[in-house]
Amino acid sequence: MSEKVLMKGNEALAESAIRAGCRFFFGYPITPQTELAAYMSKRMPKEGGTYLQAESEIAAINMVYGASAAGARVMTSSSSPGISLKTEGISYMIGADLPGVIINVQRGGPGLGSIQPSQADYWQATRALGHGDGHVIVLAPSTVQEMADLAYGAFDLADEYRTPVMILADGMLGQMMEPVVLPERREELPEKPWAVTGHKGQRPHNVVNSLYLTADDLEYHVVEREKRYDIIRREEQRAECVMTEDAEIVVVAFGASARIARSAVVQAREKGIKAGLVRPITLWPFPQDAVAATLSTAKAYLSVEMSMGQMIEDVRLAVHDRVPVEFCGRTGGVIPTPAEVLAKLEEMNAKGGE
Amino acid sequence: MATENILLAGFGGQGVLFAGKVIASAGLIEGRELSWLPSYGPEMRGGTANCSVVLSDDPIGSPLVTTPDALIAMNQPSFDKFCDKVTDGGVIVVDSTLVPSTHEIEGVRLCAIPAAQMAEEAGLKGLANIICVGKLFAEAPFCDKDTLFAAIDKCVPARKAAMVEKNKQALKIGMNA
Repeated sequence: MSEKVLMKGNEALAESAIRAGCRFFFGYPITPQTELAAYMSKRMPKEGGTYLQAESEIAAINMVYGASAAGARVMTSSSSPGISLKTEGISYMIGADLPGVIINVQRGGPGLGSIQPSQADYWQATRALGHGDGHVIVLAPSTVQEMADLAYGAFDLADEYRTPVMILADGMLGQMMEPVVLPERREELPEKPWAVTGHKGQRPHNVVNSLYLTADDLEYHVVEREKRYDIIRREEQRAECVMTEDAEIVVVAFGASARIARSAVVQAREKGIKAGLVRPITLWPFPQDAVAATLSTAKAYLSVEMSMGQMIEDVRLAVHDRVPVEFCGRTGGVIPTPAEVLAKLEEMNAKGGE
Repeated sequence: MATENILLAGFGGQGVLFAGKVIASAGLIEGRELSWLPSYGPEMRGGTANCSVVLSDDPIGSPLVTTPDALIAMNQPSFDKFCDKVTDGGVIVVDSTLVPSTHEIEGVRLCAIPAAQMAEEAGLKGLANIICVGKLFAEAPFCDKDTLFAAIDKCVPARKAAMVEKNKQALKIGMNA
């Protein structure tokens, strides 16, 4: 096993992407993501890769489209307002079945918002990262180690399902340092027989395109893609469950807020409250099986988020509103404290005992 | 299980982030759970900068330290902002060269040392931050003594190798202050 090192989340993610075989990075600076691009600018040339600071976020995502079409492992990163700009290109990638990894180190919104950590892009990431019938796989790290591990795995997921994959991080995870063990370098990468690399008269030429002017033709492609989404929904749900076996109040939280929720759940247990935590690692597909599995003991759910409450809708869908689903969170860049979440758990516990 | 919540605060350029990294690295060397979180807002552009370090034997929830067990305050605004947040039984190290106005807080040990002046006199200009780390260690040890010196070796980049001994000297001055 390699050595534990101390790195910022942004830097660990960047190094891990390089080790996963990413050789093209296109980006544009924005706080709190900038260290990621800065790290790439230092490391990519040494790997024989390409780092390019584009003239805009829109240009960067279209460069990602091009490099991906040519078969490369490619990544871009930004923070909330910059991601909004990229959504057109992401939709085109979905429509053209192109793999690629997109990092969102979220900050407060809407608009220019703040530069402090936030999770308010949940809906954007899981519902509509671009127009049209489509999804991207969304992964939510909650430690610096996971920033590295999930980014590494994201390239494999992207290639396997020919889809963009988003890492939905936030300013806290990007800026903080924790010990991290970096993954081994990937030497062998998957073949991409669909890539546009020049056919040299040896095979029919490949086309990468998202335009289908005939309705039947477009419907066929969308339906075919949906079959892949069904496999993803079935095979790729991931969640971590903490003390949920007998939990009467199940907290659901992802990313940075899951760290705070975990502290609150541990403190609640010390006070005799049967609390547990389900931490979604995939946000799309949402781990509804892991959440639904807790229904046998759960009397109530609590969604903890750094927003006004977005994932709570997926929690309600997963439990079919059979028991109350409550919300606790802060927004605008404010990080909730374990004490705030604990107070909410105590209030819910008191209500449940009546 | 033991958890130390440490907050370091001062002006940008005083090295509070580096001082925090030294403490975090000590945790890394000892195989503990740790986190290091800087302020990265507008305050880092010339105003106040601060940095949260958590060392623990358990997985760390929030890396943001709002109620520190230990505070290093390297300027007046930082002392004024955070002194009342320190937990009962906690410790505050202040650089009295730059924090002229302090007051006792019940249940909290206040250690005022003229760190910037001490650094200047020892020919260690700019190392008041590490003097403060040394003082904090002497008052409320958060690792083995050898570990702290090893953390300096780990944190000083190779291109500044000449600074290793100066940082260690600053640690010793702080420990004996």
